[in-house]
Amino acid sequence: MLRYLAKRILMLVPLLLGITLITFTVIHLAPGEPVEMQLAMNPKVSKESRQRMREFYGLDKPLHVQYISWLNRLAHLDFGRSFAPDNRPVLDKIKERLPVTISLNLIALVIEFGLAIPIGILAAIHRNSLLDKGITIFVFLGFAVPTFWLALLLMYFFGVKLGWLPISGLHTLGSQHWGFLQRTWDLAKHLVLPVAVASFGSLAGLSRFMRSTMLEVIGQDFITTARAKGLPERTVIFRHALRNALLPVITLLGFSLPGLIGGSVIFETIFAIPGMGQLFYMGVMARDYPLVMGILVIGAGLTLVGNLLADLLYAVADPRIRTR
Amino acid sequence: MSRWWVFCLLLLLTAGCVDNAPPATPPQRPAGIPAYGDTIIVGTIGEPSTLIPLLASDSASHDVAGLVYNGLVKYDRNLVLTGDLAKRWEITPDGLSITFHLRQGVKWHDGTDFTSRDVIYTYRVTIDPKTPTAYAEDFKQVKSVTAPDLHTVKVVYAKPFAPALASWGMAILPAHLLEGHEITKSPLARKPVGTGPFRFKEWIAGQRVELEANYDYFEGRPFLARYLYRIIPDNATMYMELKAGGIDLMGLSPVQYQRQTNSAAFLSRFAKYRYPASSYVYLGYNLRHPLFSDKRVRQALTMAINKDEIVHGVLLGMGRQAIGPFKPGTWAENPRQKDLPHDPKKAAELLAEAGWRDKNREGILVKDGKAFQFTILTNQGNDTRLKTAQIIQRRLKRVGIDVKIRVVEWASLLAHFIDKGNFEALVMGWTISPDPDLYDVWHSSKTGPKELNFIGFKNSEVDRLIEEGRGTFDQEQRRRCYYRIQEILVEEQPYSFLYVPDALPVVSARFRGIEPAPAGISHNLIKWYVPKEEQTH
Repeated sequence: MLRYLAKRILMLVPLLLGITLITFTVIHLAPGEPVEMQLAMNPKVSKESRQRMREFYGLDKPLHVQYISWLNRLAHLDFGRSFAPDNRPVLDKIKERLPVTISLNLIALVIEFGLAIPIGILAAIHRNSLLDKGITIFVFLGFAVPTFWLALLLMYFFGVKLGWLPISGLHTLGSQHWGFLQRTWDLAKHLVLPVAVASFGSLAGLSRFMRSTMLEVIGQDFITTARAKGLPERTVIFRHALRNALLPVITLLGFSLPGLIGGSVIFETIFAIPGMGQLFYMGVMARDYPLVMGILVIGAGLTLVGNLLADLLYAVADPRIRTR
Repeated sequence: MSRWWVFCLLLLLTAGCVDNAPPATPPQRPAGIPAYGDTIIVGTIGEPSTLIPLLASDSASHDVAGLVYNGLVKYDRNLVLTGDLAKRWEITPDGLSITFHLRQGVKWHDGTDFTSRDVIYTYRVTIDPKTPTAYAEDFKQVKSVTAPDLHTVKVVYAKPFAPALASWGMAILPAHLLEGHEITKSPLARKPVGTGPFRFKEWIAGQRVELEANYDYFEGRPFLARYLYRIIPDNATMYMELKAGGIDLMGLSPVQYQRQTNSAAFLSRFAKYRYPASSYVYLGYNLRHPLFSDKRVRQALTMAINKDEIVHGVLLGMGRQAIGPFKPGTWAENPRQKDLPHDPKKAAELLAEAGWRDKNREGILVKDGKAFQFTILTNQGNDTRLKTAQIIQRRLKRVGIDVKIRVVEWASLLAHFIDKGNFEALVMGWTISPDPDLYDVWHSSKTGPKELNFIGFKNSEVDRLIEEGRGTFDQEQRRRCYYRIQEILVEEQPYSFLYVPDALPVVSARFRGIEPAPAGISHNLIKWYVPKEEQTH
């Protein structure tokens, strides 16, 4: 087991290196440079100041030199400075947005799993009934409705018409002077709509997955055996079927680890939430190479770790895999 | 059943969204008594990048920095240059040197005195090759900047340069906080210290920037206690925040202005304003392309296009037809300049004169066996430009010209098409700067790659007039140059100038003292106030 683990971790290094090489090349292949994106069509900019800025960012050097110097800095855990006019360290920019995104995604993830699993089970037990079909329609509605549209409708209804919930942002003006409880309540109110919209959209995938694995397990011989033993249906479903059906879900949980730091641009833009999605999107649009690379490296690292964790958890949960 | 419930909810919500009431007259609120206090919350789509304006090139940064810093000069409500940090100035008769007399007793927000040292520093850091700034160009003509005493600055130019005076409107930076430090790493980028009417308080990344009134401002303490920018990247969200009272000021889209904000309920809570924005949209022709080398063809294209239809179709009438590159209503623009009329018949005649007589089976004009066909490029994400191109396409089809439209992502539009001169025609826009100098866009020396005269316009008379216009401070002489340039551009039609859109700001009705002027509404911001009984924040 330990040797296996060591091998897997060692494998991560060349994998990560390969990912950075490919992404670095690809983002430099995209037309336009940071300097262009900032200054193009600005009558006040001369060729000299353009050249000056290219040198300032080191864009005048050959690509492989840029890559090696970037890699060298990364080896010292330095993500470099942003190519945006503020020229701040990339890590600072990521750090100020990460907490919002992670907490929002965590809440959405908990709600998503918390709802999707029971829904999936319910649909599986009452397979092909009216309830099952109703659930199917409901979750696919969430899957199909465009996020921005639903978000705008909910904002209009609950924010403008009824005035129950705030429309966008995270805090009410002046809330920094309030007490802790009041501030938390305020934050919670701000999060209702974003979290609701986010989790409604992703219910479908997980609940359908849960339903099908559950159905597969229910159809197996040991469930028939359990029923034949005369066990109550509750015990059959929750003790025997559910435990086995949950195994593949663990893999999914592992895969959602990198998703925790990624945000959706559309969603964050609509709700004016300063998250990672917007940061990344603006970075790409401005060809802010160090920022984009920084976020991608963190994302890639988390994906690899997530995969590893999923494999390990699987081994922990399923004795059949461990012994192999 | 849950699904029915959701369905009904959606129906209900969509029904509630349309506000089709006919325009109502707003009940005039009494002016009330000017009082100190209250906060104005302004919605902004973009977040500032840096609050050192010298390093910023985005409008959000300059908007915020404009309230925190001052220049030596500024444009007043009528877009005429007046003193800001400079009380007055003198220009020697030969136009070669400007002497600025600075205001005395002005203090930086940290209490330090403002002096000529700050001006000298700002100039030096701007032209320093190590500073990554977009604004060094204006100061390249400067021969020397000296400070005879603490409150005088003398600038000497190599030759007379009319845009020079306006260039000193750039924000003056605090020397005592920046000298000896690397400007790109200065904390001032996030915590600016200026001399302006509002001082910086707080910037929460991605959420808001908060400014508070500068009690010691040299033009008087602003009535408003706080100025707050809320960053809301989506226009629809911003509009709902406005309706819910979350923001007090935003720019409306033509649809919002015309169709969604005319109910009595809305007009009793908000005041809408409308004036020409400082920009125009044009259809530019690649003059190096044989198709457009004949001026009669370009005239015919403009005559075939119905500009009025574009203003109404795209902007719902919220704009005006453009004739030339100057802002309507400013001194450089000739109000009597006649445009080419919309006249498809005359257009067909001109095309026939130019050799486009026969039509093929599809009804497209043919000359020497080639059909009259070209592609209009425009950038992605700008819906008004795309619609403009579509209306043009339909009109040109009627005179027998086949137009294709291609929408290209901004970066690749620049890199693959404009910089390489690899295009036939494009729908684009320009911002109009308050100084009418046209050198960068219209002078024949600016036709190289990455330069702005990318359509390749070369006219020796226009070149001469542009040079004459920027080489004198005599406004009458300048005006004569620019009037003549307009005449030539109407005759030559290197662009079909299409329209100048309107700026459509909306402000909560509790703010009084707003006076719309050619410069917009924010020129007298420090005089805006909210009567005591209506103050909310």
